Amino acid sequence: MELSFPTKAFRTHGGAHVPHHKNTSMMPTVEMPAPARVVLPMQQHIGAPCVPAVKKGDHVYVGTVVGEAQAFVCAPIHASVSGTVHSVEKVALSNGALADAVIIDSDGLMEPDPNLCPPQIRTKEDLIQAARDCGLVGLGGAGFPAHVKLNVPADKKIDTLIINVAECEPFVTADHREAIENGWDLLSGVYLLKRMLEIDRVIIAVETNKPDVIDILRRIADDKRYDPDDRVRVLPLPARYPQGAEKVLIHACTGRDIPTGGLPADVGCIVMNISSAAALARYVETGMPLVKRRVTIDGSAIAEPKNVFVPLGTSIHDVIEFCGGYSKPVKKLISGGPMMGFAITDDSFPVLKSNNAFLAFEEKDAIISPPTACIRCGRCVQACPMNLVPTMLEKYTEMKNTEKLQELDIMTCMECGCCAYSCPAHHRLVQSMRVGKALVKNAGRKS
Amino acid sequence: MENKLIVSTSPHMRSGDTTQSIMLDVIIALMPAAMASIIIFGYRSFILIMTCVLSCVLSEYVCRRVMKRDNTISDLSSIVTGVLLAMNLPVSISPLIAAFGGVIAIVVVKQMFGGIGQNFVNPALTARIILMNSFPAKMTHWTAPFAYSSAADAVTTATPLGILAEGGAQTASYMDLFLGNCAGCLGETSALAILLGGIYLVARRVISPTIPCVYLGTAVVLSFVMGRDPLFDLLSGGLMLGAVFMATDYTTSPIHFKGRVVFAIGCGVLTMLIRQFGSLAEGVSYSIVIMNILVPLIERATMPLAFGKEKKKK
Repeated sequence: MELSFPTKAFRTHGGAHVPHHKNTSMMPTVEMPAPARVVLPMQQHIGAPCVPAVKKGDHVYVGTVVGEAQAFVCAPIHASVSGTVHSVEKVALSNGALADAVIIDSDGLMEPDPNLCPPQIRTKEDLIQAARDCGLVGLGGAGFPAHVKLNVPADKKIDTLIINVAECEPFVTADHREAIENGWDLLSGVYLLKRMLEIDRVIIAVETNKPDVIDILRRIADDKRYDPDDRVRVLPLPARYPQGAEKVLIHACTGRDIPTGGLPADVGCIVMNISSAAALARYVETGMPLVKRRVTIDGSAIAEPKNVFVPLGTSIHDVIEFCGGYSKPVKKLISGGPMMGFAITDDSFPVLKSNNAFLAFEEKDAIISPPTACIRCGRCVQACPMNLVPTMLEKYTEMKNTEKLQELDIMTCMECGCCAYSCPAHHRLVQSMRVGKALVKNAGRKS
Repeated sequence: MENKLIVSTSPHMRSGDTTQSIMLDVIIALMPAAMASIIIFGYRSFILIMTCVLSCVLSEYVCRRVMKRDNTISDLSSIVTGVLLAMNLPVSISPLIAAFGGVIAIVVVKQMFGGIGQNFVNPALTARIILMNSFPAKMTHWTAPFAYSSAADAVTTATPLGILAEGGAQTASYMDLFLGNCAGCLGETSALAILLGGIYLVARRVISPTIPCVYLGTAVVLSFVMGRDPLFDLLSGGLMLGAVFMATDYTTSPIHFKGRVVFAIGCGVLTMLIRQFGSLAEGVSYSIVIMNILVPLIERATMPLAFGKEKKKK
């Protein structure tokens, strides 16, 4: 039976009206020249790290495999510049962990690997293999390996593919520009996925604060030549953070709720970020794996905010220098958006596959007022898209009461930050949630 | 990097609302009612409001100093309590008694339980109840509207609800009740002024309309069932003031939607039961305070279900 398309988005609970600050949405992406050196950490996402496939002094081309994926939840890593391997050594990652990294000195030529060729895709298995060979991970920020997501267990029937163009984080416009600049890549990726995975309907979900994206994607999605049965449609969603969060997005598009602890496949859905789908399509067409990505550079301390194509492994410092450097003394540097991104300690870290933005803020935007007493206004409860009661979870976290924390479903929290954003007493609610979740995990381990 | 960066957990943005900004909004919302009371009852209203505010702010300041805690008067919540207390007093009351009420509200009800966000009953209402029981005659000594004379005994009268409770004939028309041309506490007479404040609070998203609407709705329905005059019940006494400003007090009302509905229904039922069967003419303060005490139980019984979780089948 064919599924119908929703005419408008299903209502979702909670959320926050965050200011959009999409300053760079109208700026065409600029290509960055080859950096002198790239650092490619072998651990770029959750799962197993890659094993270095090159050694000091080896010559590599753009697209040469430098990190082999040996485990299942792992995607290979390719050289993003041509040049010579300077060394393979341990480097610190922005989260404080140490990982092996292949460091390449660029020869500035950006020569593509002559052995690259487009893959032949005839079956679902070919597609999953291609997603893996391409080194594709979720480019929206989570960085989960794409081939794992596409490899749905046989007992789960997938009927809906949702392409995530919500991009609900303030400032970030990387996906926005992808849609405007590479709409065709996205659509060919969508048709490929739909055909190979035998998916019934494709919903391209866009927030209404991007009318140009809705317009351009509709024009190509509604083209009868490519989609004669009209099974690919654009669905405008209200611009309300966190519309792009997986569970919220699936509910908004299909009205289905992922059960606690479940995955999108449990409700017949696959969610893919627009940039990921387009990157897969480009790989299938050209054979060039994931070696560069679009990154939004913005924030009050950046001289010239823009979207940049960055070879992976380039240092954040080099990218920011390319954007005119810092215009004001920087006090906070965020990898990702301001709602869920991580504050990092230094701009010397390399750009990873999952980094969609770097935001630098001056002092006045970096400081959050000290917390005051909770006045029980209930704004955190109203804001929580997961229908939790953050203020009570905070209290039980302070009391280390793991039983109550579990009873109140703390593990359902996705740390979207709506509660803390809305809190007039400036409580660090997300921090409490993280501590609470860790307490529950540890308690589970002990028993 | 040359300078040290701030590292903190996400989110890195805040809405900009603070406790102070919320309290300021409540004070602004109380202004129409305060202005109305000054128009209706004259300058003595102004003196009473100022006395209560001063007494509350001073009590809070001294209390925090004595307890050696951070001073919190800048959050403006004690000003809100002061204005609300004044709104609940008859104009003829002595400023000394009013000041005493402020001390009770802040010291006993609020600070002794830990300050803002910790009190389990509404400070202004509890202070009013204590004053009612300590000075019953003075607290029910009503002055007729627009009798500006300070000779308190000159024009005494009864409130519309008082007249009703004693079986007298109604003199106030609906329009009088709506505009506030009747006897009563400072802030409760003019439904119009309270509505203006309520609309402001809802528009500024300081309160959700759930509690006022459900509270008033329950009262109107019950009034009809009991064979009373619903419109009269709605406009007279402290029902409007209670529903908009007292029952919506953050600290003493449930934090989630279902709980708020239960809480407001409870308030409405108790108010009407007291009005119909109680020996008091008015029951808004008691019903809200009783429901305040039940809030933890209501919250426990109406916890929202987390996303993706199915209802427990019994």
